[in-house]
Amino acid sequence: MTNLKVNIAGVELKNPVITASGCFGFGREYECMYPLSRLGGISLKGMTFQEKLGNPPPRIAETPSGMLNSVGLQNPGVEHFLQYDMPYLSQQDTVKIANIAGSCVEDYCALAERLSESEIDMFELNISCPNVKQGGAAFGTSCENASHIVREVRKYAKKPMIVKLSPNVTDIASIAQAVEAEGADAVSLINTLLGMRIDINTRRPILHNNVGGLSGPAIFPVAVRMVWQVANRVKIPVIGMGGIEKWQDAIEMMMAGANAIQIGAAMFYNPKAPIEVIDGMEQWLKDNGIKDINEIVGTVKPW
Amino acid sequence: MEYLQGTYRVTKIRPGCMCDYTIACPDIAAISKAGQFVHIRVPGFTLRRPISICEVDRQAGTLRILFDIRGEGTKVLAQTKEGDLLDVMGPLGNGFELLDADKKAIVVGGGIGVPPMLETAKSYGKNATAILGFRSSDKIVLTDDFTAQGSRVMLCTDDGSAGHHGLVTDLLKQRFEEELPDIVYACGPKIMLKFVAQMCAQHGVRCQVSLEERMACGVGACLGCATPIRQEDGSVTYLHVCKNGPVFDAERVVFDD
Ligand SMILES: Cc1cc2nc3c(=O)[nH]c(=O)nc-3n(C[C@H](O)[C@H](O)[C@H](O)COP(=O)(O)OP(=O)(O)OC[C@H]3O[C@@H](n4cnc5c(N)ncnc54)[C@H](O)[C@@H]3O)c2cc1C
Ligand SMILES: Cc1cc2nc3c(=O)[nH]c(=O)nc-3n(C[C@H](O)[C@H](O)[C@H](O)COP(=O)(O)O)c2cc1C
Ligand code: FES
Repeated sequence: MTNLKVNIAGVELKNPVITASGCFGFGREYECMYPLSRLGGISLKGMTFQEKLGNPPPRIAETPSGMLNSVGLQNPGVEHFLQYDMPYLSQQDTVKIANIAGSCVEDYCALAERLSESEIDMFELNISCPNVKQGGAAFGTSCENASHIVREVRKYAKKPMIVKLSPNVTDIASIAQAVEAEGADAVSLINTLLGMRIDINTRRPILHNNVGGLSGPAIFPVAVRMVWQVANRVKIPVIGMGGIEKWQDAIEMMMAGANAIQIGAAMFYNPKAPIEVIDGMEQWLKDNGIKDINEIVGTVKPW
Repeated sequence: MEYLQGTYRVTKIRPGCMCDYTIACPDIAAISKAGQFVHIRVPGFTLRRPISICEVDRQAGTLRILFDIRGEGTKVLAQTKEGDLLDVMGPLGNGFELLDADKKAIVVGGGIGVPPMLETAKSYGKNATAILGFRSSDKIVLTDDFTAQGSRVMLCTDDGSAGHHGLVTDLLKQRFEEELPDIVYACGPKIMLKFVAQMCAQHGVRCQVSLEERMACGVGACLGCATPIRQEDGSVTYLHVCKNGPVFDAERVVFDD
């Protein structure tokens, strides 16, 4: 038997594949493709305490091997989520990760406190959303701000807390160390890279928000590099993401140091990508006589 | 919510000024309705391209789609040959709400908004009037198909090279003067939809419009394809064209933003 189970901060995932926040809604939209119980986990759409309408359209722009988005954390707010979405999710046999965001520290704390009473398994503190003017990335781009917010939210979060890091910084590993020191149980990276596209005929940016977050295969090498740098500097588990589209990418990301991985934009062109990645990894392990997926984590042999 | 995704064969390509494909996809065709769309993967591109379902043939197990070359993706998609496979997701979105076949309907289509109107008019047969607008005579598609279904076709072009020289709304006004229909369906440029919606509101005629927005997932998961929609209490929220639409009641759509 090949073991695909991984353990992130005391929570067992049946396999290391998690659907990335904002790319899988609250799960329902994909239940007709495959049972959600096949997934290691689901990172839910970024949530705020109050409902958020998000940014005006257009919110999507295509780029070479990727895309920009400026959704701006549209979500129904925590009470609506608990009433209408959590009951459905509770019935799904997979790890539920609440991706939490806000425009001030108090919002994050209130949200963590409220969700601590629910059947959510873990938190993913989103201090890296590039699409909201206040908050989001503002918390994740300096060690000081990142430390402060993690320290405060830690007091209210009664579940394991992953901190999701922004790649729009000069030294991502030092931010990872800063949040580890304040009690983060794991880090996930990378969120989207800030980008822009312009329609040359109208001279208007394609996104109404002018700028947006880049994701998809285009960012994969940047993500691998950052995961490698972070994994070398922290002891807590690392969840790697950014441009993963096939099982080979997932194995590469784990060799760079990720204990689990997330898949986002690839699901837009291949909704079955998470399942294909799980099956492909399992086959590769068998073919290579590796009994446990955890054995490959961080095994890159740098020159 | 139910849709499928897989590779399906293009069995027929009809000649004409738009790409006109028939795709053998019995499982998708079996659950497809007028006004829904399919999301097609284009090799080399990150995002699928949304294209309306033009005709459903359940018996043959096929869907027909028509599209225009608008950019890089549709240019590549236009290279498809009979017998090639396409990666299709569908059917997606909510279709038009169809009334009893003995009711009177008007379908209004402008340019690439014409294709979804064919399946919509089909259920009304001779009780449907199709008001179709194109840029010029060499851009005309599907008029014979509407006629073959028994529908009356009223044609206009922007440059006057065929049919009425002017806008679909001129013809809609003319048709309203003859007789008010039970419902109007429209798809086309937003500015056209706005005037069609206004005219329907003035005459107290029910109107449904099909909107376009840039899409990623196509199923309601990414919240990318937002469009402003007025709610019952008058406040405006962002709904999603792929999941809540593409068809909306015209009175709910916020046309000016
Ligand atoms: C629900 C729906 C149904 C549609 N039905 C049809 C149809 O039946 N026939 C037809 O010819 N066209 C239809 N369209 C428009 C069609 O999707 C676009 O023309 C096509 O996506 C353009 O792709 P491109 O690569 O050629 O253009 P590019 O400009 O190179 O595309 C860049 C990106 O913008 C997106 N995009 C560009 N224009 C549009 C647009 N008008 N709507 C949505 N996304 C756009 C593309 O999908 C792509 O992600 C429909 C759109 C929607 C939303
Ligand atoms: C449409 C869209 C919405 C997203 N929304 C969120 C979000 O709400 N919270 C968050 O932490 N990350 C969000 N992300 C970032 C992804 O979770 C992920 O970090 C990023 O897209 C990189 O992975 P990928 O290349 O596999 O997509 C979003 C990404 C996309 C494309
Ligand atoms: S395209 Fe993803 S929600 Fe509509």
